[in-house]
Amino acid sequence: MTARLQEQQAAGEEGAGTALALRGVVKRFGDITAVDHVDLIVPQGICLGLLGPNGAGKSTTMRMITGQAHLDAGSIEVLGHPVPAHSKHARAEMGVVPQLDNLDVELTARQNLEVFAHLYRVPRARRRDAVDRALRMAHLVDRADTKTDELSGGMRRRLLVARSLVHSPRFVLLDEPTVGLDPQVRQELWSLVDALRHEGVSVLMSTHYIEEAERLADEVAVMSRGRIIARGTPAGLRDAHVGREAVEYYGSPDRLGEVETIAVEGGLPTRRTGPSVSVLRAEHMPESTAALLGAGARRASNLEDVFVSLTGETVE
Amino acid sequence: MTTQTTEPFAGSPRWFELAAFTGVWKRETTLFRRYWVSTTFAAVVEPVIYLLAFGFGLGSLIAVMNGIPYIEFLGTGVVATSVLFTSAFSGMFQTFVRRKFQATYDAMLAAPVDVHELVTAEAGWIATKAGVYGCAPLVVAMFFGLDPAPGMLVVPLVGFLTGLGFGLFGIWCSAVVPSIDSFNYIISAVITPLFLVAGTFFPVDQLPGWAGAAAVINPLYHCVQLVRHAAFGFEPLLDVLHVGVLILFAVGMWLIAVRYMRKRLID
Repeated sequence: MTARLQEQQAAGEEGAGTALALRGVVKRFGDITAVDHVDLIVPQGICLGLLGPNGAGKSTTMRMITGQAHLDAGSIEVLGHPVPAHSKHARAEMGVVPQLDNLDVELTARQNLEVFAHLYRVPRARRRDAVDRALRMAHLVDRADTKTDELSGGMRRRLLVARSLVHSPRFVLLDEPTVGLDPQVRQELWSLVDALRHEGVSVLMSTHYIEEAERLADEVAVMSRGRIIARGTPAGLRDAHVGREAVEYYGSPDRLGEVETIAVEGGLPTRRTGPSVSVLRAEHMPESTAALLGAGARRASNLEDVFVSLTGETVE
Repeated sequence: MTTQTTEPFAGSPRWFELAAFTGVWKRETTLFRRYWVSTTFAAVVEPVIYLLAFGFGLGSLIAVMNGIPYIEFLGTGVVATSVLFTSAFSGMFQTFVRRKFQATYDAMLAAPVDVHELVTAEAGWIATKAGVYGCAPLVVAMFFGLDPAPGMLVVPLVGFLTGLGFGLFGIWCSAVVPSIDSFNYIISAVITPLFLVAGTFFPVDQLPGWAGAAAVINPLYHCVQLVRHAAFGFEPLLDVLHVGVLILFAVGMWLIAVRYMRKRLID
């Protein structure tokens, strides 16, 4: 074992190798339990995708991590700082990209970053450099002096990310970073998040876009109705829950119903994919079943298959 | 990225940190550089209109009020109106818009800033503006014949202290109202009587007993008294009492404003 690895392991045992630890976290709003005994560990240096449908409790979890929502039970540690007791330490060392754009529209891109350089206590001597660096990362150097409400949607989103990086945080929270964005803009943002990951910044990113989690996340935690119901690498989750391949069959509603019956008799799970039925675990499809089903479109299975299978929205 | 690291926070977090305050103020001063012309215009033109309308209109009927030329009585009184409007309206509308529509406070609270620091910094800025712009009517009144007096140097401080209380009052209101239209109730039922029954336009001892008594618990009345005394001669014992009331008002409002803002901002 190399010295460095030993060092990392020792650090891990002390909890210093953990960017985020949630243990038994509960949050209730009246009778509704929004977050229901969530355990979630994010090791340092990885991007963890928190995947779940709207209303699964992702944003509430994010707000508890920043101390903007109280815990009803459990504990949270961010970079070793207990939250909410030392929430301010935690906030000083992490960056937060909110779901809703809350930039100051009356300020320029640079002024927005300057305000947060102050709030994040970047020392005076380094403030200008920090702002310039954040502008470079977000490719906004040419727009530094443009008022925020004159920036395009994509630029604003990049500025929002830049604002969370102005103090060089070791851990960044991204709450639905690309919700409602054009595909082109989404690509830009993805490369920005990817760049962060390559610099060793730990990331917790909530999303309900499966493709986003598939592309960016080293690991995925699936959240549904306030609980974490699965955790693993995208490939690992795929293998464990839906197999490697799926075959899609199109046809009339009657035909789709028939496909489902045949597949289930052959011991294979299915799910509706819009106008088609996807038969999962297709690599294990018996010859007889394949013969009965006829021609279909074979494809690799994806996280969406996992997600729908797990969150129980499959039409059986 | 690798050349810089996050500044480690030394020790346990303090209850109130200057950095949070300067961060919020950085934003305010940056915004103010854009707004100062319109703000200054309103601050100067409004008292001019008051003094012209009431001074010449009412002043032609009343030459002297409580032994002071009416226009000077009015000029010193309008300082309080100016302070009230600057601070209470900023506290109500700005705070509401920033919390609800712009989500500015959500963004700030995700950074190392706590609600009590945010409220203090915002109220401090509002009070500073109120202190500075509160002097405008005094300056305008000088053009109408008010003699400068050394005591007037404390007027910005009186404006600051009064503005702090009413700014916090506005912030509290912004956290209570369900929608921005609800401010109409507060303006009609609270702000208007406050500024009319404060000794601004006429002395409160002209009022029936109960209304006079009500005026005494109106913080604005104490501001009016302090400003008049600053212009025409202090009454030390009484003035300490006036300052005391304003301090009490500001402290009380701070406690309530922080409490309600926390309720609104932290789930």
